[in-house]
Amino acid sequence: MTYNTYIYIAIMAGVTYAIRVLPLTLIRKEIKNQFLQSFLYYVPYVTLAVMTFPAILGATQSPISGALALIIGVIIAWFGASLFSVSLCCCAIVLISELLLFPPV
Amino acid sequence: MKPKLLKKSGILSENFRAFYDGMRDGIPIALGYLAVSFSLGIVAKSSGLTAFQGFLASALVNASAGEYAGFTLIAANAPYLEMIIVILIANARYFLMSCAMSQRMNPETRLSHRLLMGNYITDEFFGLAISRPGAINPYYSYGAILVAAPCWAAGTAIGVIAGNLLPLRAVSALNVALYGMFLAIIVPPAHKNKVIAGLILICFASSYAASWLPIVSNLSAGTRTIILTVAISAMAAILFPVKQRKEMDNDL
Repeated sequence: MTYNTYIYIAIMAGVTYAIRVLPLTLIRKEIKNQFLQSFLYYVPYVTLAVMTFPAILGATQSPISGALALIIGVIIAWFGASLFSVSLCCCAIVLISELLLFPPV
Repeated sequence: MKPKLLKKSGILSENFRAFYDGMRDGIPIALGYLAVSFSLGIVAKSSGLTAFQGFLASALVNASAGEYAGFTLIAANAPYLEMIIVILIANARYFLMSCAMSQRMNPETRLSHRLLMGNYITDEFFGLAISRPGAINPYYSYGAILVAAPCWAAGTAIGVIAGNLLPLRAVSALNVALYGMFLAIIVPPAHKNKVIAGLILICFASSYAASWLPIVSNLSAGTRTIILTVAISAMAAILFPVKQRKEMDNDL
């Protein structure tokens, strides 16, 4: 049996939408339980940190440029650089370091 | 009547301001999305999707790993039930994010806002929404979504059409835009709060370990993210329970 690509896409969209919207629409009140409250407080930091490292090392052509972007990104974010400037600075570091690592022929 | 009107226009301009800020902060997301969706488009093409189908999938689903998994299933002509299960697993972390987000919403937030914002709980838009102190303003997210979401869909279509045209150098640099953004979200609170700082180091170490340890490293990156998020957040919640809601708002 062959399946229809549009039905596949509809399933992907429908399932993903349900996952995303159900908690946000059903949990309308503040959770009082201290464990759950603390758990959900830590979730954003933990999940973003887990996704950042070591993935950032594999996102670039060389792990060295990824590591440089990570280190310098952490430093300038620590000293209060905005989201926009940290992000663009990381891009610039990768571009420059890879120009040095892999000079254009 | 007058004070009421003034108050109303105050809220309006506040929302407009948030919308504008969101558009500005959406630019790094847009850059990263272009790079990632471009490579996703290449996968879509090899799975037999047309540029329009790639565009449609990205516009409706807004999920990198989830779409990648979906495209490989389309290529394999998998049964619909398998598609449902794989998408549930690949995108389960959005469920956690949605739960966390529900606690940062003003309880008065309208259902329509929740239905619309929920559709755009991606790693990036979620990170951005929680990076602002206090209750989440949906208009901030809408600004970022307006700038970045079209890039995601368009990038996928361009990837299908023009596979390998973008130079590797540019893809490499654009790829870190999203990680730079994550750093800008998690590092400043770590500066103020030692528990979060320690937690981030533990996350880095265990995420690194999980990427090469036997058995765990065979799981998909999405599944590893869920397991580590639940385990580490639960541990932190037991060891360092957060006492007051105010304490949270200050950090976040």
